[in-house]
Amino acid sequence: MAMTMHVDIVSAEAAIFSGTVEMFFAPAVQGEIGVMPRHSPLITQLKPGSVRVVKQGGEEDTFYVSGGMLEIQPHVVTVLADTALRAKDVDEAAAIEAKQRAEQAMKDAQSDIDYARAQSELAEAIAQLQTIQQLRKKAR
Amino acid sequence: MASGKEIRTKIKSVKNTQKITRAMEMVAASKMRKAQDRMAASRPYADKMRSVIGHLSQAHPEYRHTFMVEREAKRVGFIIISTDRGLCGGLNTNLFKAGLQALRSWQEQGVEVELVTIGSKASQFFKRFGGKIVAQATHLGDAPKLADLIGLVKVMLDGYDEGRLDRLFLQYNRFVNTMTQQPQNEQLLPIHTDSLEQELQHHWDYIYEPEATEVLDQLLMRYVESLVYQGVVENIACEQAARMVAMKAASDNAGGLISELQLAYNKARQAAITQELSEIVGGAAAV
Repeated sequence: MAMTMHVDIVSAEAAIFSGTVEMFFAPAVQGEIGVMPRHSPLITQLKPGSVRVVKQGGEEDTFYVSGGMLEIQPHVVTVLADTALRAKDVDEAAAIEAKQRAEQAMKDAQSDIDYARAQSELAEAIAQLQTIQQLRKKAR
Repeated sequence: MASGKEIRTKIKSVKNTQKITRAMEMVAASKMRKAQDRMAASRPYADKMRSVIGHLSQAHPEYRHTFMVEREAKRVGFIIISTDRGLCGGLNTNLFKAGLQALRSWQEQGVEVELVTIGSKASQFFKRFGGKIVAQATHLGDAPKLADLIGLVKVMLDGYDEGRLDRLFLQYNRFVNTMTQQPQNEQLLPIHTDSLEQELQHHWDYIYEPEATEVLDQLLMRYVESLVYQGVVENIACEQAARMVAMKAASDNAGGLISELQLAYNKARQAAITQELSEIVGGAAAV
């Protein structure tokens, strides 16, 4: 039987994959790397691309990652995947946008918005209520 | 005493309110379960990251990233996470009270405070209070994306990098259980290295691609972001739990009110019948 190692692919939002694999491929910043059990410890950044695993028995699985970090230990491989596309100017734009939102909100009078929001919340609650009633009727 | 018809209308309106609160309770209960799952799902990422950062900082003690250097506090930043909607009991109020206390204690020391708010309740509250809000995000929904938070966190991280801020705190509600949510004030920056994993018994080091320092920079930024994200997700679980409890109390109160009104209605009806009867009997006797 071929040697195996454990692979975890996790992102900040969810655990994507966890299992025993025979071989593992990932797009590292300095070129694609393939990893087999008993690899020496390594940490590297990942480029956006696909991570491929060969599971026990030869079955393959592919996952897309939009970058992240890869940590390798002899029998454990961990991918810390990014969930969002990261680039310096994209991050910058997001930061600027967040600032602008704050400034905008400072200017706006909030009272009308609050009233409108309360109304929409009420409408939503009523709609949910109706759905529940319909479901109950069906169940009978 | 109110007449029969008035009481009946009142009973009907209370019943309608009860239906709404009960529906909201059920919706909150199911959303809470999902939020708890999301909380559990984001935990391994931060745990793994903490252990890698712990290892890196131990293996390279000569390299100190700015995020790890303790400075004298002249300006501090707060990231405050609240809910977008109300009707969740004292959840936000308790958090803001704790937040204000922390803010005041800094201001008394002559330290300036900058705020980043997540959730519309926080931005409304701290705007009224007169805090300096440098960035905000609202309406992240029940399943927030990390991408929505990157900009916010970057505003604060840049501030720290430039030396504009000397401390960064995260204020959110910690989910203890369905009945208990605790306001939490956590220090994000500088990162306490001693709180990271201690033991470095292994005598090996990683191979780094490209450079150890570069890798560490990347990791630290993502680490802070993931902590904020976890705070947001945990706060959502708290919101749903608090709403569920609040709506349950409201439904119960409505039930109590209805039974009281029903009693008053029955009494009024009985009195009316008795009066009518005695009038008829009185009338018959007079003939």
